[in-house]
Amino acid sequence: MHDDKGGEGPSLVSIRTMDIAVAVFCLVLAAIIIMDSTRLGFRWREDGPAAGYFPFYIGLIIAISSLVNLARAISSKGAPKTFVTKQAFRQVLAVLIPLAVYVLFVGWIGIYVASAIYIALFMWYFGRYALPKGAAIGIGVSLVLFVMFEIWFLVPLPKGPLEDLFGF
Amino acid sequence: MTGHASKFLTVAGLAVGALATAFSVTPAAAQAWQPTKAVTFVIPAGTGGGADQMARFIQGVVTKHNLMPQPMVVINKAGGAGAEGFLDMKASPRDPHKIVITLSNLFTTPMATGTPFSWKDLTPVAMLALDQFVLWVNAETNYRTAQDYLNAIKGGSDKQFKMGGTGSKQEDQIITVALERLTGGKKLTYVPFAGGGAVAVQLVGKHVDSTVNNPIEAVSQWKAGALRPLCLFDAKRSVYTAKVTSSMAWSDIPTCKESGLNVEYQMLRGVFTTSGVTAAQVNYYVELFKKVMATDDWKKFMEDGAFNQTFMTGDQFKKWVEANDKLHHDLMKEAGFLATN
Amino acid sequence: MEELASLLNGFYVVFSPFNFMLMIVGILLGVIIGVLPGLGGANGVAILLPLTFSMSPTSAIIMLSCIYWGALFGGAITSILFNIPGEPWSVATTFDGHPMAQQGKADEALTGAFTSSFVGAIVAVVMITFLAPLVAKFALKFGPAEFFAVQFLTFASFIGMGKGSAFKTLASMCLGFGLASVGLDTVTGQLRMTFGITDLLTGFKFLTAVIGLFGIGEILASMESGLAFSGSHAKLKLNAVIEAWKKLPRYWITFVRSCVVGCWMGVTPGGATPASFMSYGLAKRFSKNGERFGKGELEGVVAPETAAHAAGTSALLPMLTLGIPGSPTAAVLLGGLLIWGLQPGPLLFVEQKDFVWGLIASMYLGNLVGLMIVLTCVPLFAAILRIPFSIIAPVIMVICAVGAYTINNAMFDVWMMVGFGIVAYCFNKLSYPLPPFVLALVLGDMAESSFRQAMLLSQGSVTIFWSNGLVGSIMSLGLILLLWPVISWVLDKMRAAKAA
Repeated sequence: MHDDKGGEGPSLVSIRTMDIAVAVFCLVLAAIIIMDSTRLGFRWREDGPAAGYFPFYIGLIIAISSLVNLARAISSKGAPKTFVTKQAFRQVLAVLIPLAVYVLFVGWIGIYVASAIYIALFMWYFGRYALPKGAAIGIGVSLVLFVMFEIWFLVPLPKGPLEDLFGF
Repeated sequence: MTGHASKFLTVAGLAVGALATAFSVTPAAAQAWQPTKAVTFVIPAGTGGGADQMARFIQGVVTKHNLMPQPMVVINKAGGAGAEGFLDMKASPRDPHKIVITLSNLFTTPMATGTPFSWKDLTPVAMLALDQFVLWVNAETNYRTAQDYLNAIKGGSDKQFKMGGTGSKQEDQIITVALERLTGGKKLTYVPFAGGGAVAVQLVGKHVDSTVNNPIEAVSQWKAGALRPLCLFDAKRSVYTAKVTSSMAWSDIPTCKESGLNVEYQMLRGVFTTSGVTAAQVNYYVELFKKVMATDDWKKFMEDGAFNQTFMTGDQFKKWVEANDKLHHDLMKEAGFLATN
Repeated sequence: MEELASLLNGFYVVFSPFNFMLMIVGILLGVIIGVLPGLGGANGVAILLPLTFSMSPTSAIIMLSCIYWGALFGGAITSILFNIPGEPWSVATTFDGHPMAQQGKADEALTGAFTSSFVGAIVAVVMITFLAPLVAKFALKFGPAEFFAVQFLTFASFIGMGKGSAFKTLASMCLGFGLASVGLDTVTGQLRMTFGITDLLTGFKFLTAVIGLFGIGEILASMESGLAFSGSHAKLKLNAVIEAWKKLPRYWITFVRSCVVGCWMGVTPGGATPASFMSYGLAKRFSKNGERFGKGELEGVVAPETAAHAAGTSALLPMLTLGIPGSPTAAVLLGGLLIWGLQPGPLLFVEQKDFVWGLIASMYLGNLVGLMIVLTCVPLFAAILRIPFSIIAPVIMVICAVGAYTINNAMFDVWMMVGFGIVAYCFNKLSYPLPPFVLALVLGDMAESSFRQAMLLSQGSVTIFWSNGLVGSIMSLGLILLLWPVISWVLDKMRAAKAA
């Protein structure tokens, strides 16, 4: 769907390299699945398959198809196609890293405070909005979520010291 | 940008934390305790099952009669045969705003899966009731008594008769294994399904030969004449004498013992809170459940589900749990259900 | 025509200003629940149950079932606008709904989705009205073997659609099956692939994967292509609803097929999510425009939405007549019935006539009211796309995080969501297809446990899948669909040979 929009600029990773990496990743997963299936037993017993029967064959299919994918990727010829350019990758990381930091903070200071800060900083960094404007929207969204989840639908979300202070 | 943000947040977090500690001193000093925020009621089972029905019913009664100053929030944590819910309780010690309803998986799950928790990681609050088990067959079959059915199993081929039940290596399968001691060496084929309601319907559709459903899971099918109860896995007959069908009441179902099947089993419907809470906090919940039990709604619920109404708290309840833990260990060991790894 | 008289009486019960108000409140709440991935219909119904104790059972069930309709409608909104399925059954709606929004046809997609939902629901309600006892009997015929056959059929009707590398499709699908098997094995009670990690006890949840794969994956892709959702600059057309309606009648055959699939899956009970996938797969295979599916075809929105609603509605039937809930929401409703002293089961239709027919009447009215409310809001929903990307993107991320958290109340799921987002980013670029992965994840453990239950019943003999007419014909149909590409190839050859 989005494969043709890589942006301009020097290539960082080629499709071939990523194809190999993903195939290897799948092989590792297949190995884990097969390993645990052998522990559970993968035979067809008299009253049907054991707990590891299906996972074992699923692991096997992943392994075989990944080997084919790997072989195809390694033997692929022609001009290397770009998986991602340096510039585009920087953009993606600029979203991904803050997202990870945000998730880390959710467990720490609660989802409401973390969300308000995240929204404000995202707007400031990517949209060049003034910080107060971002903060207003961030706090607004958090408040709406708070009312909806904690008060209205009584679904508890991760909370931190600030909510403790108000007795939640 | 994140560097700045995190430094700022750490400082802010510390300051807020200090403030919070300063404030929390006052309420803790008070003698009588009551919840200061929403109480989370954890259900270590999926939606629609017996424990879920009871917990949601309690939530309904508490809200309807305004029995608590704070709301009660019900959460299902069914993963890993309930391990998820119990591990969550274990992970939050000294949190009086968290209670859990139990079924037999409090005992069986750690034994069968080796998941590290036990009832000792919780504080017992109260036993609300004991849930009964009944041996059911399809009403179109010719088995009139438990003995009829037992004879059919004895006379059939090995594994010919299929017993439907909820989950694997849990209460339904324990009862099935106990029954197999009486069948003259003939095994039953135990088929595990996801939920009690589904099990009863499988029996109505004749996909299995018998089930050991809880009364509440099968009562509507019994009323409609689709299922027939053979015997009750309790020492005494049920105390409910009001007619359920045109000819029978719960009290008309013979016990399995009087039908020649010496098997007894009941399931705990109890409430526990987290470890390390104060006596005042436990006491609050005991009083709360006493109020719940005094309502007419509760009495009707007990009768609809033919529950064995036994209320226990404190040391008496703790002793009961201890004895039952040992009982389950013996049963599971005998059935070969203990985790090996 | 006893049913018609009862139904009229039902309408009489329902028609009061108070009940009408409850209906509107219920629909609005339901739409909110449907839009937010963290709140499912089950949440909303569970939480509002206590509020309804002061009402009569009939009023209460009207409000609660309207929440249910609202949630069914609402699930489509975020699927189309942001590629985030608000509910599991709207995953298939993203396949064509979101591309349509990217082409600036969000209003058309939304109108199509809402109208299809309405059609599906109404057909299912008509079925409930006239065929309830018959259908309930039919549902009893479903044992483990039949369940497996239905799941197999769902799979067979959906698979074999990818144009890309067969081995990549296979790897993607089996990864889905692999993830589905993590957690407790229901048949033996053993833990699989958890390696002592407590977070893995619950396994990988379908919704976590879907929020990450579609929601986060979409944002990452948009980031790269320049900080904007495509389609955001489409003009708002006030007559969009009328325009879309003009196009819908030509898909009548898709409507009919999807209604049949949906009603069948709801009753059996296969569920709304498999129904939507099956219907999408069949529409793709048998439509003239099948080739263009996945690129923004209105028919690809019509098919899953019609089926999902027909299934969601008819799932209430087994609940009322047999006491088995067809969905988690239905399970919570079931709890509610018990608290009001109503025993669901075969006798409900005999003992509680007013209640049952009131409920059925409210299904007609609730869906009609719901359709009018959501259609009025189409321009409003479509306008959300005009909010600048740098404001809406972080808000979507936050909503995704909330959604992932609430599935199990676990931070672990939020991390998994981020992980799935990265997976989707790589898979999309390397043309590993995501739909087979998602379908395998949702059907995997269901199909496996039905298969093994069936094996226990037959003592390990696979002949059980051809042991009676019902299961045999479903399985055979599944095999035909699975081999359809081969069959049609052979047919073409034969036709060519004849012509020559």
